[in-house]
Amino acid sequence: MNPRLEIVTIAAFVAAACALPGTFLVLRRVALMSDAISHSILPGIVIGFFLVGDRSHPLVIAGAALSGVLAVTLTEGLLKTRRVDKDAAIGLVFPVLFSIGVILITRYASGVHLDVDAVLLGELAFAPFNRATYFGLDLPVGIWVMGAILLLNVIAILLFYKELKLATFDPGLAAALGFAPTLIHYGLMTLVSVTAVGAFDHVGSILVVALMIAPPAAAYLLTNSLSRMLVISVVLGVLAAFGGYLVASWIDTSIAGAMATMSGVIFMITLLFAPEQGLIARKRLSRKRRERFAVEMLLVHLSRHENTATEAAENAMPHLTGELNWSPEFAGATVERAGQQGLIEKHGDQLRLTPKGRATAERVLMR
Amino acid sequence: MDVFQTLSLIVTDYTLRNVALGAGILGIVSGALSTFAVLRKQSLLGDAMSHAALPGVVLAFIITGQKTPLVLMLGALIAGWLGVVLVSVITSQTRVKYDSALGLVLAVFFGFGMMLLTWLQGQNIASQSGLDQYLFGRAAAIVEHDVQTMALLGVAVLALVAVFWKEFKLLSFNPDYAATLGFPVRAFDIALTTLIVAAVVLGLQMVGVVLMSAMLVAPAAAARQWTDRLGVMIVLSSLFGAVAGAGGAIISSTTTRLPTGPTIVLCISAIVLISLLFAPNRGIVWAWLRQQRNRAELQKAMLLEKVYQVSYLEGSPLQTHPLEELRTFMRGSQLERALEALKQDGYMHLDEDGRWGLTPSGVAQAEAILRERPRALAPRPSPDGLRQGEVG
Repeated sequence: MNPRLEIVTIAAFVAAACALPGTFLVLRRVALMSDAISHSILPGIVIGFFLVGDRSHPLVIAGAALSGVLAVTLTEGLLKTRRVDKDAAIGLVFPVLFSIGVILITRYASGVHLDVDAVLLGELAFAPFNRATYFGLDLPVGIWVMGAILLLNVIAILLFYKELKLATFDPGLAAALGFAPTLIHYGLMTLVSVTAVGAFDHVGSILVVALMIAPPAAAYLLTNSLSRMLVISVVLGVLAAFGGYLVASWIDTSIAGAMATMSGVIFMITLLFAPEQGLIARKRLSRKRRERFAVEMLLVHLSRHENTATEAAENAMPHLTGELNWSPEFAGATVERAGQQGLIEKHGDQLRLTPKGRATAERVLMR
Repeated sequence: MDVFQTLSLIVTDYTLRNVALGAGILGIVSGALSTFAVLRKQSLLGDAMSHAALPGVVLAFIITGQKTPLVLMLGALIAGWLGVVLVSVITSQTRVKYDSALGLVLAVFFGFGMMLLTWLQGQNIASQSGLDQYLFGRAAAIVEHDVQTMALLGVAVLALVAVFWKEFKLLSFNPDYAATLGFPVRAFDIALTTLIVAAVVLGLQMVGVVLMSAMLVAPAAAARQWTDRLGVMIVLSSLFGAVAGAGGAIISSTTTRLPTGPTIVLCISAIVLISLLFAPNRGIVWAWLRQQRNRAELQKAMLLEKVYQVSYLEGSPLQTHPLEELRTFMRGSQLERALEALKQDGYMHLDEDGRWGLTPSGVAQAEAILRERPRALAPRPSPDGLRQGEVG
């Protein structure tokens, strides 16, 4: 494989691996735990690096993931004291662990293949230089590590799909049925930790958060089904990885930063154009509703005054603006619309219901 | 280095004085504002804003080509503010929840900022160097001019808090009521958020993007444990912020290779821990002791009552019992502790045969306990099968 393809593959694996647990984080309203975890793994990575001397070693990954889970435990413990609320508990724990990590790096490891800038950004561009051969295949370590983590996430989610689904949407029922929501919560947080540790080398601690939240949040606007949301998240994540790589090689910048930016762009596009949940679709829907309601109002008004002494005055164009409190333009547009639908007829200034319009007005009044 | 040497250094050493002063000012301002953030359950807003400010800093430099703090601060302010607006649009218009929106804005803005920064670093523009100090903060680079800017901005922020004290207070505790009173809640919400962004901008150079978030949660979380009054809380919070800021800055400056930002964070976190554990009333240690004491009292009362009932059934309230018999009431060590405590109180005694019995004052106490208890909950056995009180 050529190095460019290898980088793109790693990026796609990172994005896909992040999107899977990220979907559950978004749905369970604990998205910010990804922020806490991705920072809290730092001391684990540093200490593991001191002990083993290789950041990609499975033991280091496991140890670092453990410090992520430790952050979750501490946060939950702090919350249980009921002295601080949820956000404060998160915001108190992870800066401590992150600070310890930064201090460890500055004091004992500066210049030794672990520097503070890399913590934030990762080194995706250098990934092809670090290689390993398994099963007769010579590939970058990143591909092996992220491939393994992606596989772990897929298997874990397939195995525990039912449990995760129930615990996410109805924790009460899940507990009643004996599904141990706490265990599921910690299981999910372990997946998030492991993924964050693996992704850390390539995209740094903060951009993991973008890849865990943005694609699932976009997918959330596109579907109501959990299984589809998982698939769409992965697809959007991989798209962000490709797009990010293209942008980064085009203007020569950080691949990880560009990936995060692209995931944001994808979210913004979805936010605007999603067929049902998007801002434009919602705006259009509310305008349609308003228009239909106005036509119905008009029909009811006309039918109330039909065949009465004041019909000539009431059912005339100029009267609508006063009686229904409509602007002349809106009144004109509504009359136009009702005419097009064959509900009323215009006779000069006078408005008359057609039989169809009369029937509609009656139906509206029966509601 | 001993304490006096350190103290004299603060007065004489130019860099150390600036760093300590700057961090102290930052602590006061972020302490004051974190009070509102924490009370409004928006503790992580500061985290999001400090990350979201990065592209603003870089873009401000790209557009103006200047690196003066004021220009960069303005950029950060605009970007941070844009982030807040985006979070509010996403949460109010779609089903995406607050936590996702906040995390998304935080990470995507930051990623965009990193992208711009990396691009800039590859552009061979000499003047761009030093922008990356906004990531982790480089306290040692703070000069007197920066401290003056910080002080000015800090005073302005605090003055605004003082002017809108009543409004911010109402907004923090009962925004709905504020709205019904006709306060422009939304405008004050934006004003308060803008002030928080301003505090973030103040701190970027000092502790950096990543650790600024701690300064907007921890001081208030600590202060909250000591008081229930907003005025006291904001003063305490500022004080904690200042102590941690200046203290952390001094510790890190006088120790080799100890970065300032993380040291300040560890200092303020230590204050939080102490507050959580030992603050009067809300302190976890006191609560635990109270719980232990209450449990001991309850167990004493229960044992006294049981012994009274059993003795009464056997004929006399003053009847004595071997320890083994009492074991049916309570588990081992608890029983011994309760018996010992009751003996101390003079309610029970141990005779030469090793049998436990009530003293006359113990009988009186047991009867008092039973009298206080609602009768329906405590049917009292009596020798003739009738309830006490019905005998006449």
